[in-house]
Amino acid sequence: MGLARLLICISTAVRKQFNNSPFPNIVHAMHIAVCIKQVPDSAQIRVHPVTNTIMRQGVPAIVNPFDLFALEEALRTKDQSGAHITVLTMGPPQAEDALRKCLSYGADRAILITDKVFSGADTLATSYVLASALRTLDAQQPLDLIFTGKQTIDGDTAQVGPGIAIRLGYQLLTYVSAIRDLDADARQIFVERRAEGGVQVLQSTLPAVITMLEGANEMRFADMPGMFRAARQEVERWDREAAGIEDIKQVGLKGSPTAVAQVFGPKPRAVKAVRIEGETPAAQAEAFVERLFADFPQLEDALLEHLDQLADLGAKS
Amino acid sequence: MSDALDSAKPIKKPKRVLPEHFKSYTGVWVFIEHERGHAHPVSWELLGKGRQLADSLGVTLAGVILGGTDDGVRALTDEAIAYGADRCYLMQSEVLADYRNQPYTAGMTTLVNTYQPEVLLLGATTQGRDLAGSVATTLLTGLTADCTGLEIDMSDRSLLSSRPTFGGSLMCTIVNLATRPQMATVRPRVMPMPERDATRSGEVVTHALDLTEDSVVTKLVDFIPDARADKPQLAFADFIVSGGRGLGKPENFDKVFDLAKVLGAEVGASRPAVHAGWVDPERQVGQSGKTVRPKFYLAAGISGAVQHRVGMEGADVIAAINLDAKAPIFDVANYALVGNALELLPALRDAFERRLAAARARRAAAPATADTGEHA
Repeated sequence: MGLARLLICISTAVRKQFNNSPFPNIVHAMHIAVCIKQVPDSAQIRVHPVTNTIMRQGVPAIVNPFDLFALEEALRTKDQSGAHITVLTMGPPQAEDALRKCLSYGADRAILITDKVFSGADTLATSYVLASALRTLDAQQPLDLIFTGKQTIDGDTAQVGPGIAIRLGYQLLTYVSAIRDLDADARQIFVERRAEGGVQVLQSTLPAVITMLEGANEMRFADMPGMFRAARQEVERWDREAAGIEDIKQVGLKGSPTAVAQVFGPKPRAVKAVRIEGETPAAQAEAFVERLFADFPQLEDALLEHLDQLADLGAKS
Repeated sequence: MSDALDSAKPIKKPKRVLPEHFKSYTGVWVFIEHERGHAHPVSWELLGKGRQLADSLGVTLAGVILGGTDDGVRALTDEAIAYGADRCYLMQSEVLADYRNQPYTAGMTTLVNTYQPEVLLLGATTQGRDLAGSVATTLLTGLTADCTGLEIDMSDRSLLSSRPTFGGSLMCTIVNLATRPQMATVRPRVMPMPERDATRSGEVVTHALDLTEDSVVTKLVDFIPDARADKPQLAFADFIVSGGRGLGKPENFDKVFDLAKVLGAEVGASRPAVHAGWVDPERQVGQSGKTVRPKFYLAAGISGAVQHRVGMEGADVIAAINLDAKAPIFDVANYALVGNALELLPALRDAFERRLAAARARRAAAPATADTGEHA
C-alpha cells in the first residue's frame, strides 16, 4: 500500500473515531451493550488433574462465535439508525484481545470486567457481575438494548443472557433469528424468535436483552481504519468496585451454587462402523438400505410418518 | 449416563453444607413443555428419568403444567400421570396460552416457592432453556444446562448432573452444593421414552396465576409453523443429508438435494463447503454452525474434522460416504460406505425410493388386518 493511501486510511480512522465519540448529552442515539466471551478456539483443551479445571494455556483464544452474531446485529442496528455500541466481557486480563477484535469490527467502547474475586464463577455469579456492570453503564448512558450470543461454545449453557435480563428487569428475547422492526423513540421492538416447531413473532419494549440465534446474519470484515482504531483505543478495565458490585458473596466461587465435581473424557460412540460393500454403487446402496432398516426398523416407521406429515402440510398450504 | 459415571473416578465434591431452610424441599418435578397444543416428547422422557430419581429418593414425582384455559392443557395431566407422575401441578390462565418468558417465569417461581421441590427438570429446548435460566436466576439457585446424565448421590441425596462441555470434547459432572431446588435442563432424545400406562392414577393440584395480561409486556403477534417457513430448519430436523468438499464442485451438491428430497430431509453442509460458497451458511453443521440431533444423518464427502463432528455426533444413526476408508468421519458413523459419493448418492436415492414405495404398499394392505386383529 502506498504511503498516501495509508495516510488517508489513518485520517479516516481518526475522523471516524471523532464522530463516534460518546457525547451522551449531545448526540441522541441508541446505546447498545454487547456481552461477549473469550473462548478457547479448538477442542484441544486439557484438564487439570487435581482441580478438575480447564487449562486454557496454549490454546488459541477467540471471540465466542455465537457472540459475533450478536455483535453483527448490533452493528447493523448502528448502520441503520445510529447507535453507540459498548462491548463488554467478564474475564481474565488477556480477554482484552477479544474486546479489541470487537472494536475493530466497529464497536465504540470496550470494557473488561476483571477482578481476581470473579474467578470460578458459574452462570449465576457471572450474570450477577455482568448485570452490576451493565447497571453502572446504564447510569452513565441509558441502555436501550443488550445483545449476546445464544450460548458460548465452551460452556454451552445459554443461561447468562436470561440471568442478566431477570436481574435488570429487562424484557428477555432469546433465540432471536431476526429483528423485524425497531423503533427507539416509541420504545418498541418486533422480533422473530425460534421456538419449538415454529417461529414466534413477538412485540416487546425497550430496554430488552436479546440473545441472537446463529446464522441470523453474516459477520462483516474489519476494515483498515477499524483495525487502526482498535489498536489505539483504550480498553477500559473495571474491577469489582468500578463495576458497582455490592455483594462480594455473590461473585466468583463463593457466589456459585454449582460446582464441577468431576471431569472425564466422553465415551466414544459405542458402535464401530459397519462397512457396507457392493460390486457396484447400486448394489452397495441397496445393501445399505436393507441393513439400515433391518437394524433400525423404527427408523423406517419414523421416516414414513415424517413423509406423510410433509405431504399433509403440502396439501394444506 | 450411569455407565459413564461408573467408569470414571469417584466423585469428589467441594464441601459446603446445605442451609437448614432448604432441607424442607422435597420431591422431583418435571416441567411439561407444550407449544401450540403439542407436548414436547422430552417431557415424557424426563418423567421416565424423574421416576427413577424419585424412587431412589423415596419421594413423589410431579409434572408441572402451565398453559391456557383449554381442555387440551388439562388433558396433559392425564398424559403426565400415564408416563409416571404421581401428581400434577396445573396452572391455567389465558395469560399462559402461548409460551412467553415473563408469565411462565412468574408462574413457575410461584409454584416452586409454594410447594418446594428438591429437583426441577426441564427439557434443553428453546422453551426449556429460556424458562430455566430465568427461573433459576429469580430463585437464585443453581442450574446445570443441557445434561445427558442424571443420578442421585445417595450419600447426601444430591443430584449429579453430567453434561458435555467444550463442544463435546469433555464431560463433566456438576453438583449444586448450597441451594434448592437443584435445577437441570436435559437434552431431548437422550433419556429413553418410558412406557405409557393409562391405568395409572394420580392427583392434580391446581394453582392460580397471580398475573393479568395488562402487566405482561411482551405480546405474541404471530406464530409461523416450521413447514410454512422457507428457511432450512436444520437444528430441529429428524433427517439430514449433508455434503462436504469431497463432492468436488458446487453443482454436485444437487445430488445431495436429490437424495434429501426422497427422504424429506434437510440438507446440511460442512464448514469448508460453506466457506467455498457452495451452499448457504444456514446449512452449516458443526462448531460455528448448527448442532443437530436427527434420527438419521448421512454425511457425503465430509472428512469429519472435529468441528463438524461435535455438531452431529448426537444423531441417533449416522452413515458416511467417503473415498478414503481412513476418514475420521467413519469413527463416529454406524455405517461406512467407502466409495464415490457422486455415484453413491443417486444410487441411494433410487434404493430409498424403491424401499419406501414397497413399505407404503405393504402399509396400504396392512391396516385392515391390524384393525380387525382382535376379532380374527
